[in-house]
Amino acid sequence: MTDSKYFTTNKKGEIFELKAELNNEKKEKRKEAVKKVIAAMTVGKDVSSLFPDVVNCMQTDNLELKKLVYLYLMNYAKNQPDMAIMAVNSFVKDCEDPNPLIRALAVRTMGCIRVDKITEYLCEPLRKCLKDEDPYVRKTAAVCVAKLHDINAQMVEDQGFLDSLRDLIADSNPMVVANAVAALSEISESHPNSNLLDLNPQNINKLLTALNECTEWGQIFILDCLSNYNPKDEREAQSICERVTPRLSHANSAVVLSAVKVLMKFLELLPKDSDYYNTLLKKLSPPLVTLLSGEPEVQYVALRNINLIVQKRPEILKQEIKVFFVKYNDPIYVKLEKLDIMIRLASQANIAQVLAELKEYATEVDVDFVRKAVRAIGRCAIKVEQSAERCVSTLLDLIQTKVNYVVQEAIVVIRDIFRKYPNKYESIIATLCENLDSLDEPDARAAMIWIVGEYAERIDNADELLESFLEGFHDESTQVQLTLLTAIVKLFLKKPSETQELVQQVLSLATQDSDNPDLRDRGYIYWRLLSTDPVTAKEVVLSEKPLISEETDLIEPTLLDELICHIGSLASVYHKPPNAFVEGSHGIHRKHLPVQHSSIDTGESPVSSGPAANIEQTHVIPSQGDLLGDLLNLDLGPRSTCPRCPPLTVLIACNSVLLLQVWLPAVKAKGLEISGTFTRRQGQMYMDMTFTNKALQHMTDFAVQFNKNSFGVIPTSPLPVHTPLMPNQNIELSLPLNTIGPVMKMDPLNNLQVAVKNNIDVFYFSVLIPLNIFFVEDGKMERQVFLATWKDIPNENELQYQIKECHLNADTVSGKLQNSNIYTIAKRNVEGQDMLYQSLKLTNGIWILAELRIQPGNPNYTVLYSNFATETCVKV
Amino acid sequence: MIGGLFIYNHKGEVLISRVYRDDIGYVAQRSFMVTSCIKPATLFNVNLFVCRRNAVDAFRVNVIHARQQVRSPVTNIARTSFFHVKRSNIWLAAVTKQNVNAAMVFEFLYKMCDVMTAYFGKISEENIKNNFVLIYELLDEILDFGYPQNSETGALKTFITQQGIKGQTKEEQSQITSQVTGQIGWRREGIKYRRNELFLDVLESVNLLMSPQGQVLSAHVSGRVVMKSYLSGMPECKFGMNDKIVIDKQGKGGDLYAFCCSGKQSIAIDDCTFHQCVRLSKFDSERSISFIPPDGEYELMRYRTTKDIILPFRVIPLVREVGRTKLEVKVVIKSNFKPSLLAQKIEVRIPTPLNTSGVQVICMKGKAKYKASENAIVWKIKRMAGMKESQISAEIELLPTNDKKKWARPPISMNFEVPFAPSGLKVRYLKVFESKLNYSDHDVIKWVRYIGRSGIYETRC
Repeated sequence: MTDSKYFTTNKKGEIFELKAELNNEKKEKRKEAVKKVIAAMTVGKDVSSLFPDVVNCMQTDNLELKKLVYLYLMNYAKNQPDMAIMAVNSFVKDCEDPNPLIRALAVRTMGCIRVDKITEYLCEPLRKCLKDEDPYVRKTAAVCVAKLHDINAQMVEDQGFLDSLRDLIADSNPMVVANAVAALSEISESHPNSNLLDLNPQNINKLLTALNECTEWGQIFILDCLSNYNPKDEREAQSICERVTPRLSHANSAVVLSAVKVLMKFLELLPKDSDYYNTLLKKLSPPLVTLLSGEPEVQYVALRNINLIVQKRPEILKQEIKVFFVKYNDPIYVKLEKLDIMIRLASQANIAQVLAELKEYATEVDVDFVRKAVRAIGRCAIKVEQSAERCVSTLLDLIQTKVNYVVQEAIVVIRDIFRKYPNKYESIIATLCENLDSLDEPDARAAMIWIVGEYAERIDNADELLESFLEGFHDESTQVQLTLLTAIVKLFLKKPSETQELVQQVLSLATQDSDNPDLRDRGYIYWRLLSTDPVTAKEVVLSEKPLISEETDLIEPTLLDELICHIGSLASVYHKPPNAFVEGSHGIHRKHLPVQHSSIDTGESPVSSGPAANIEQTHVIPSQGDLLGDLLNLDLGPRSTCPRCPPLTVLIACNSVLLLQVWLPAVKAKGLEISGTFTRRQGQMYMDMTFTNKALQHMTDFAVQFNKNSFGVIPTSPLPVHTPLMPNQNIELSLPLNTIGPVMKMDPLNNLQVAVKNNIDVFYFSVLIPLNIFFVEDGKMERQVFLATWKDIPNENELQYQIKECHLNADTVSGKLQNSNIYTIAKRNVEGQDMLYQSLKLTNGIWILAELRIQPGNPNYTVLYSNFATETCVKV
Repeated sequence: MIGGLFIYNHKGEVLISRVYRDDIGYVAQRSFMVTSCIKPATLFNVNLFVCRRNAVDAFRVNVIHARQQVRSPVTNIARTSFFHVKRSNIWLAAVTKQNVNAAMVFEFLYKMCDVMTAYFGKISEENIKNNFVLIYELLDEILDFGYPQNSETGALKTFITQQGIKGQTKEEQSQITSQVTGQIGWRREGIKYRRNELFLDVLESVNLLMSPQGQVLSAHVSGRVVMKSYLSGMPECKFGMNDKIVIDKQGKGGDLYAFCCSGKQSIAIDDCTFHQCVRLSKFDSERSISFIPPDGEYELMRYRTTKDIILPFRVIPLVREVGRTKLEVKVVIKSNFKPSLLAQKIEVRIPTPLNTSGVQVICMKGKAKYKASENAIVWKIKRMAGMKESQISAEIELLPTNDKKKWARPPISMNFEVPFAPSGLKVRYLKVFESKLNYSDHDVIKWVRYIGRSGIYETRC
């Protein structure tokens, strides 16, 4: 007799019949009925109305029947909490049963019934079971504490279950220890700051002992827990590593990966030149390779993790590239991951083999895989300079196949090769141009257009080619439109005579007929540049571009370090920090790699040590979307709109209202955007800033520092940021400044270089301090002194300047200036012109005198500055 | 941890659903929606339920019914992660909303398959339906709140039976619990055999990727030592093989056997993993393999070697394109082992282009056939001795196509079975000690067998 028949009953009065059967006198009949109920439940039928009848069957000595009833209870108790109480008595009784299997079953099931009223009754039995003589009951009770904590955390703490759980870490039975560790780890995740697990060397020793004896799953719990421990010194780290390394030979891949996680974390603490460090590195590679002979799903998990390990410590697997060669029958997800790792491991030593493989892959069937293989060839060219030529010729071969997506992908990577090795492979442009018509993907079209624009002078019919793209301008994607605009401008600057019409056409298309603000803005910028100053335009547009180099799509070092702490887990599979995909409080707590105590720079950057720092220096190819950024983010220089205008101009023109400027754009600072301004309030200078977190992770540990500057400006207090800055939050703060710091002349004079640090990195930017904040309140000079000084100033210290387009009369101007601590000493009217004489004093005690000539009706003011210190004068 | 476990059939119908955590979907509650819709007071619950329900249906829609090939064994749908493995046409999915140990989840799913197979044979829709009560009982035992517990079949079978456990004495009960939680969870006490016997199978699969010119691109052997033990009591076993590290160490120490076979006959093992019964710390420190074996069949160890592999066959391909509509293929295979040994079940698979219209084959030995449905010429030879050579030649006629894409030329693959270990591994000893019972190592009957099979054995053409 088989059970499948239970799935097939599908009559109308089914529930009614079941009810009758459940109340049948014969035990066998009742059991049959419960089975039918469970089957109905599984396929999704509603059998909740049978609740009282099923609960009635609970009182039985038949373990199998009991289990079935419990299963039913777990599913329906929550919907019928009142009736669930009926079952409590039976649970409590079972917890006293002489058979340990029944005691454990009762306490296990009770924890799964998530009804508040039941949990109250659970406490006493649970307390007993935690101290049960039978290890099977204790190990079940340990997990039950975690269940109870999930329902009612407060109760668990109040009832002292956490202490009982901690006691179980010292239990004589390894499985009890393992389950207690698992439960405590889970509970402590929701209390990131409490030291629930209390990992001290003594406890660690107990865990390491249990590690040798418990089941494979228990070993995983213990290893995962160990990885959260921070050994106090290298000796302790080494001794833990020594006891963990045997796990690398375990048949269970999860045990191996968790052991790898512990070792990767503790490697940070070992001195790099020690013998042990190097042996450990050597020991890590064979087990990682062995993981690849497992089942495909485990291979996938292993490969995603190896991808991280290779980025963190490339030396571990650098000899093993062959094992990542793709097999014909690998599932596609394994193939794609292997390819990724192959590129990361490619080096001069193995490039010939790698290229031969990649060429092979480029002829396979799966489109994604083929594309990735073609892209990989380009990557190799960029990564291993010696191979560039071979890669290019391989790509050319592939283009000859005329397979559409292969050609397109090849052109995209060739563009990057051109950027890395300019003026080297341009001979192939002709071949590329042959395929112009077959390009239908935006990426490929944009790449081709970029190439034509960049090398316009060498392509005879560049104008024709670009013109052909222009025909369907509005149907193109934004990316293509932007590239085309730039390319035609480049072409124009190179061959102005023949292409004037073309450039006008594209400019008008971009600025007049387009709805896309980016495109319009870029169009306008070019238009202005070209119409006002073609020489500058040439300098800007055709300037030498920074070479792209090395690795692309590297994981950002801080994220990489965090992911290393999560080896084996989902986070390492997704390559995302846990809070990106886990809801609620779990996983918010970020993990860090341990820091070697002896290293000097711990205070500076707690995360990046050694290899991570190296990776940071490698440039990353900006993604397609950054083309605009390319053009404007010229350097770290001050981002002021008119750097040469004297502050007075700004003052008068801007009505003294200073808007927040973006000082540090988010793209340059891993998601931190800083905008700010300087003000002077009540004789005190302030730097008013808004910090915005545009990254996905929260930011903490902010600090600020200024470079030495002309006025000796330094912050008087640390940054008033005390709480972590959550993603998409911003914080406004005001940093008081004074001028007692060290002085160094800057160019321009009011340039201030700022460094801001947070938990992610240190970022630098520089700003121009509007001079008016240095004007002190007591800058009003005595009339007599003024006259005397004015005369004494040598001519060479005088400077004349015109302020244009200012429609204010003398009095308003004088009032405005006074607000900024520029005082009018005298005013006279000479030949219909208003003459204002002003004085101001800088924080460093330098006086500046000015004569302001205002002609009514003429919006242009003439200013004559003079003072004693030539240096300042030049600027002001 | 694992939030729930579902078994689907190929249509995406749920056969088994066991929810361990509230945060994920609840199949059994589908009906709940129906009832609560009648009562407007529980409208909130309905919404709550609809979201949960979606998560589980999402797996059906996005994975089982997906048109494309599966792109990843881990799928994240609506912030819920689904891990799946497929056995014939049955899908096993573990579901979670947390950052679980991914490797562990897959290992657990494999284990789950092993346990089910040990209980009722092949994993099929029918078997699952027939044993659903048993499966629920197992799931209750081996996964608690999403934490995997002892899942050794040997232990489970002592107390999860479909017969019901009646009349257990107290001793029996505590014996069960101590075994499930104990250090030796894989073996129960009190096993008795009249004849103490053990079988050792060294099963190797030799993998090769060779260039058309005969250059070895990659080659490795992945081997398994499978043991069937029928031993009484709690025997302590020690396993020895011609591991280079051990031999070299002992060779210096004056061990005669080690001395004789040091050098050429020992093999370098790249890496090995062991069944959980093996004491890993002892292996790490002394490189000796000692253990108390489970009863019956189990896999003692897995290993991998890459050096000095005996490649049993060499394939020499020759493909010539004659014009656009004809292809000439000649393949020579050479056996490369002792003439006294016989290889079996030899099969050479020569891929043909998709636009093949006809094939003429001539082979010296065995039978060859063009299989249009598989796009390949399959050449089978029943037996072949060592140091022999055989050849096949074929003319493939092609339909003219205007397909721009070239034929990908998949590699020529081979299958075979040989009665030796291509890695060169030799079992030196397997000693059995059982101090409490009166049988000694000499009384145990031991059988050792070597089988080398082809893994992925490919030659590019």
